[in-house]
Amino acid sequence: MRRERTMRWVLGIAAIAVSIVIFIVPFIFIVLQAMKTRQEASELAFSWPRQLAFVENLIEVITQRDYIVARAFLNSTILTVASVTLLVVIAAMVGYVMQRRASKIRTVANFFVLAGLIIPPAVVPTVWVLQTLGLFGTLPGLILIEITFGLAFSILLFRAFVSTIPRSLDEAAIIDGASPFRLFFAVIMPLMKPTVVTVIVVQSVQIFNDFANPLYFLPGDDNATVQLTLYNFQSQSSNQWNLLFMDILLITIPPLVMYIFFNRQIVAGMTSGAVKG
Amino acid sequence: MTAATTEVRAGRSGKARTLGVSRHAYPLWFYLPAAVLFLVFFAIPTFASFYFSLTRWTLFDQEFIGFENYVQFFREPQLYQGFINTLIYGFLTSGMKVVIGLALAVLLTSALVGRHFLRSVIFFPVLVSTIGVGIMFKALLDPFDGIVNGALETLGITGPGWLTDPDLALYSIIGIDVWKGLGIACLIYIAGLVAIPTEYYEAARVDGASKWAAFKSITLPLVKPATGTVIILSLIGGLRSFDLIWATTGGGPGFSSDVIGSVIYKQYQAGFYGLSTAGNVVLFVVVTVIMVPISLMLNKREVEQ
Repeated sequence: MRRERTMRWVLGIAAIAVSIVIFIVPFIFIVLQAMKTRQEASELAFSWPRQLAFVENLIEVITQRDYIVARAFLNSTILTVASVTLLVVIAAMVGYVMQRRASKIRTVANFFVLAGLIIPPAVVPTVWVLQTLGLFGTLPGLILIEITFGLAFSILLFRAFVSTIPRSLDEAAIIDGASPFRLFFAVIMPLMKPTVVTVIVVQSVQIFNDFANPLYFLPGDDNATVQLTLYNFQSQSSNQWNLLFMDILLITIPPLVMYIFFNRQIVAGMTSGAVKG
Repeated sequence: MTAATTEVRAGRSGKARTLGVSRHAYPLWFYLPAAVLFLVFFAIPTFASFYFSLTRWTLFDQEFIGFENYVQFFREPQLYQGFINTLIYGFLTSGMKVVIGLALAVLLTSALVGRHFLRSVIFFPVLVSTIGVGIMFKALLDPFDGIVNGALETLGITGPGWLTDPDLALYSIIGIDVWKGLGIACLIYIAGLVAIPTEYYEAARVDGASKWAAFKSITLPLVKPATGTVIILSLIGGLRSFDLIWATTGGGPGFSSDVIGSVIYKQYQAGFYGLSTAGNVVLFVVVTVIMVPISLMLNKREVEQ
């Protein structure tokens, strides 16, 4: 018994030590690099900065090239908030009707949800569609793309949750004279709050961190997103490691805050694939 | 599987009971916004890609050239390499996530000190931007100044050029991918492991089974659904991968770490839209051909149980 307990402690401490080296040292490295002067950061050493330049780096990252990073943050925020808001409403409507009403459309919709999860989007034809609609290279165009690509996953989550809401509730509301519209938005939607939160958190992290879609569908510096500015910044000034890492630090903060506050919902959403059946 | 059948049953009985309510309460136009978006930005581009992949295409005009793009894709080594690398990348990341994810999950569900802390630590990289992770590892794996080779040097080993050696670059990126995505695999396995009744293990212990025997005949068969989910999720992600490769090596050195995703982007940048789209169709076929049998197989196994 006693031996087992010491074993447990030893193993636990060893595991913690290994995971600190493998998972935490890289993040400490980001912070250290962001605090160094340009010259010292270029040494790429894992050491406490000889000269602290945190504030200077912060100011320089934000103000350089006509505040491009600040504007990118604004763009990414608009993109994320708009996409996620619309995505939640649109996907919830589908998940709800899909679960409640058997119809031929449901069979088709089931197939499309599956296809949407698996099939990689056809990139250049999507550019072509956006260009035909006059939406290529615009923020609204990218918002519509992000909503579309997030649909399948969100619909699955909503559909699964609606099945836990008793139908008698719908019937009671209808008998009381609620319109279908009111039934959904005033009765069902509030009950779906846990799933709404999960979808919001998971999708906003995903869209905020998205790189490929802005790269293809929103080129140019004018409305670059944070991931794009980080990437461009890397290819333009590879020797300014301090600023590069300050930029990484800045764009890691929003997901980190999300994680701290919504830990449970994120985990529930991202592992929801495991709870099929 | 079971969810689908109960749902159908619930749907039927509900319909029989309240035919009128069902019609009025659940309007089909609720599908409309999603259907329009899906059709315009997903279905149409996907169908159009089959046609455009057979053309020489500049977005403004196109010329039908048959299968020339595909012939070129599989004949030119720099394009074909991307195809091979995609398979290596997909299967290797998926396999490693299964093995390491399960091992870690077993460790983290045992009565280990600090397991909650460890779970959050392992999961955190999932949330960090892929581009950020890529740049960070470029610094960590720098052949001369990087920490990793610095640490190896103190052990008397000369570290390789992780991302600059053509024979190694792809595998280094695979390692980074596993590092970043391990958290999801691990959490899925933890969810699966927690669902196994502890009585089974107690019975095995009473019967004198070793820990390894218990793992082999209790844990492994019972976490199969979780394994299926991990395989499917990581294969879908791995076969489509682009961001991480683009942020670390850009497909280089040469084209040694190119995957289909990066070939598509390179050809698009170079203005070969038809060829780029052919790459997209190849990716579509690869993903479908691999994913459909695997998901069928995994579903069948579950039914047999």
